[in-house]
Amino acid sequence: MQEKDVYSELNSIRNLMERSAKFISLSGLSGILAGVYALIGAGVGYYVVYGTSGDLDYRDHYVNDEAVILQLFFIAVVVLLLSLSTGILLTVRKAKSKGETVWNPSSKKLLVNMAIPLVTGGILILILLYRGYFGIIAPATLIFYGLALVAGSHYTFTDVKWLGIYEIALGLIAACLPGFGIVFWTIGFGVLHIIYGSIMHFRYDR
Amino acid sequence: MKLGLENFDKAFENRIRLQIMSVLVANENYDFNSLKELLSVTDGNLASHLKALEKEEYIIVHKSFLGRKPNTTYAASDNGRKAFKIHLQALENLIKQQK
Repeated sequence: MQEKDVYSELNSIRNLMERSAKFISLSGLSGILAGVYALIGAGVGYYVVYGTSGDLDYRDHYVNDEAVILQLFFIAVVVLLLSLSTGILLTVRKAKSKGETVWNPSSKKLLVNMAIPLVTGGILILILLYRGYFGIIAPATLIFYGLALVAGSHYTFTDVKWLGIYEIALGLIAACLPGFGIVFWTIGFGVLHIIYGSIMHFRYDR
Repeated sequence: MKLGLENFDKAFENRIRLQIMSVLVANENYDFNSLKELLSVTDGNLASHLKALEKEEYIIVHKSFLGRKPNTTYAASDNGRKAFKIHLQALENLIKQQK
């Protein structure tokens, strides 16, 4: 057996072990776009709550206005749907260009592992909303999203784990500072996504 | 140049068998169709290599049905994991000896 045969053998083993256990077609660009959508959503949400007066003295509306809550809810759903569809679209495209399948054991495991904390958090947040705890939204969405990322990170790039840990930390800080929810929410879902999306884009997408 | 060959596992002489084993060592289990896609091999080819590994008792075969479709999953046995490790060690030693 030649030396370069041994090297190529070892390389193919390492490559297969990684490719079979981790889903590496996740697109970094979709993370950047999700961050941009979140920033726009936060801007629109800010406008809905604070109005156009510009200064922070008086709000035009309060967050416990039912109409305002409905509008904010609508914005959040639009941002979520846009982010998800962009993510799926770009990931499918990246997988295709690399000649890999999208629906394989590692992507299934990734989804299941992320879904458990996400669904748990989603239901808990809906229950708390129903009971009038509006302040819980920003910290709870950040924390459960972070937990989902950490859980899913075993089945994709390990960088995702750090993004998750930062989201959890932000969520916990947000819980200590009620009233600044939208600030932390914007940092967590907007700024962090753009930073991490760029890192992943430049490291893995090219 | 043939060195350290006494530690080479005959079962892993074939490249596809070694590849199958590396996937099964990295994952709890893997099903036939995903394995086929991942390694881009034909049904018959994959089946014969899987049978060979099964005969060595390096893998555990688990047959079940998804609705009416047969769904066969494979997992590495403890013996298989050990053999894979020894084989890798042999490859590594080979590289070291040649340096």
